[in-house]
Amino acid sequence: METTAPAPQQPQRSNWASLVVWPLRVAVAFVVLVITFLLLRWSFTFMRDADANKFLVTIVALVVGVGAVWALYFATDALVSLLPESIRETVRPFVFVGPALVILGVFLIYPTVLTIWLSFFDARSENFIGLENYLFIATSEDMLIALRNNVLWIVFVTSAVVGLGLVIAVLVDRIGRWEPFAKSFIFLPMAISAVGASVIWRFVYSFQPIQLPQIGLFNAIYTALGGDPQGWLILKPWNNFFLMLIMVWILTGFAMVVLSAAIKGVPRELLEAARIDGAGEVRIFFGVIIPSIRTTLLTIATTVLIMVLKVFDIVFVMTSGQHDTEVIANRMFREMFVFRNFGRSSALAVILLLAVIPVMIYNVRSFQEQRE
Amino acid sequence: MSVNVQTSGTASSDRLRKWFSGAPVRIAVISIALLWTLPTAGLFVSSMRPSDNIKSTGWWSAVAHPFEQAQWTVDNYAQVLTTDGMGNAFLNSLIVTIPAVVIPITIAAFAAYAFAWLEFPGRAFLFVVVVGLMVVPLQMSLIPLLRLYTRIDLNGTFLGLWLAHTGFGLPLAIFLLFGYIATLPGEIIESARVDGASALTTFTRLVLPLSVPVIASFAIFQFLWVWNDLLVALVFLGTRREVAVVTSRLSALVGERGEQWHVLTAGAFIAMVVPLLVFFALQRYFVRGLTAGSVKG
Repeated sequence: METTAPAPQQPQRSNWASLVVWPLRVAVAFVVLVITFLLLRWSFTFMRDADANKFLVTIVALVVGVGAVWALYFATDALVSLLPESIRETVRPFVFVGPALVILGVFLIYPTVLTIWLSFFDARSENFIGLENYLFIATSEDMLIALRNNVLWIVFVTSAVVGLGLVIAVLVDRIGRWEPFAKSFIFLPMAISAVGASVIWRFVYSFQPIQLPQIGLFNAIYTALGGDPQGWLILKPWNNFFLMLIMVWILTGFAMVVLSAAIKGVPRELLEAARIDGAGEVRIFFGVIIPSIRTTLLTIATTVLIMVLKVFDIVFVMTSGQHDTEVIANRMFREMFVFRNFGRSSALAVILLLAVIPVMIYNVRSFQEQRE
Repeated sequence: MSVNVQTSGTASSDRLRKWFSGAPVRIAVISIALLWTLPTAGLFVSSMRPSDNIKSTGWWSAVAHPFEQAQWTVDNYAQVLTTDGMGNAFLNSLIVTIPAVVIPITIAAFAAYAFAWLEFPGRAFLFVVVVGLMVVPLQMSLIPLLRLYTRIDLNGTFLGLWLAHTGFGLPLAIFLLFGYIATLPGEIIESARVDGASALTTFTRLVLPLSVPVIASFAIFQFLWVWNDLLVALVFLGTRREVAVVTSRLSALVGERGEQWHVLTAGAFIAMVVPLLVFFALQRYFVRGLTAGSVKG
């Protein structure tokens, strides 16, 4: 961040003009601010009333969400212009960042601190119980299953997504004019919600008793090969992998697209030089391509890892965590809404936070290096 | 090029390259693409088959005889849109999504401009906080916000959900917009300042119009994120049919109608159709937005 401070360059005004303009501007700015606040307050109560007409609520939301937010910025900016010149330009930037900082504070920073605090309290957040919630998570059998499953998800889904994405990216690079077409179809699941994807795959895994025709793709293939139909989603411990497969299906296209762009960025001269040296395609892949896209590989892996760590929708829709398929985020949701244990629920959230802290530090570091 | 001077190494590598660029790779890629599409295709085909047919034969047998009129129907869609409430949920999703995209973009644009071009105490530190907040799991916010919402009667309202999505989307929005706005040529912004333009005028007349590409990318990302979100909608809006969005309605249908595939397949397709349209219409921006937004916490 090496920009220079803005020089306070106000156009010169003659005395009589500022005598008229000044009170006028004060008045206008105040009126706008007051109206904005009244409007915000009124729309707040109006929109809070869930029985109000939906379309009206949306129109109000758009008018307020855009209009009032803009009015707020304009009015506060006008008010700042009235401040003494010595502090005016120091205060002005806060007109621009202020609202964002307030929202970050209310919706992210304050809740994060409070969640950490609540994780040391009992179910109803009344008595301080120290590390008891964490000890429970570390010892209770179903909590340990959830932790185990999360580790399985992270290891299996991350490596499958990055591996498959890389292989497909390399292959797709060599098929000429069909490339964008093939890419679209593999990327498509990324547009679908995890809930939609779960319904799609529930159908694929669908199970009928042996005497009925199988309508699920998996069991149809499996019985055609001579097997007995299986209830894939209750087949411990493999059911976990059938859930993971959904996430692999969703994310592979994403990894493929990003890695494909990185592979295309590998300098041609580097590849030509390797070829002239007599290196085979396989050696070029491991000796030239992989080292050149290392950073991208790392970024994709951490990105996928963070998404997988917080997996919720798939487990919630497919099994609700039954049959040993529980994961941390789903358990946290159930502690919150089913068991009403806010202490344990908070402790589970804190575990997710602890898991992303290395990534957070890495991001901040690399951002600061870029800036320097 | 003379064949004689080629060493055996390049010859074999040449052959390998030819083999790679040849038919086997093409066939492999096409089969992978088909494999990836098969589950979605099965859902789509089934959503247009009568309930009895879905139960008695696999969807692939319908594809084998595509011209038998009797095996296609739109009744599933009619039922799921009306009796099963997906039509209402679709409207709710639109109502939730549009403000939840517009509001964070507005607030983030102002902040990103200040971070990039205005000098203020604590700027570097505050921006590092924004970068750090990007990966904080939103699970950390759920319990305190739910309590706050209960206290001020925001639970189960669209307003509450808009605000929550604004909060959760803001760090990424600021980061992305900053990355773009900071690289705008300094001379243009400097000359506007010299001409006596205020910070606000510079922002609205100069910076904002120049930032349309990055705003579009983020808008697509946030739109898909909000439309496809289940967790935040479940927590702050709940599953009451009057307010439920497509994802929470669909997930409730899975519970209510476990094996009634004619309802579930049609419902899932309704939930997917808008993202799919966006995907096909704006594929380039879509990929750019998703790639840029993939760091969200």
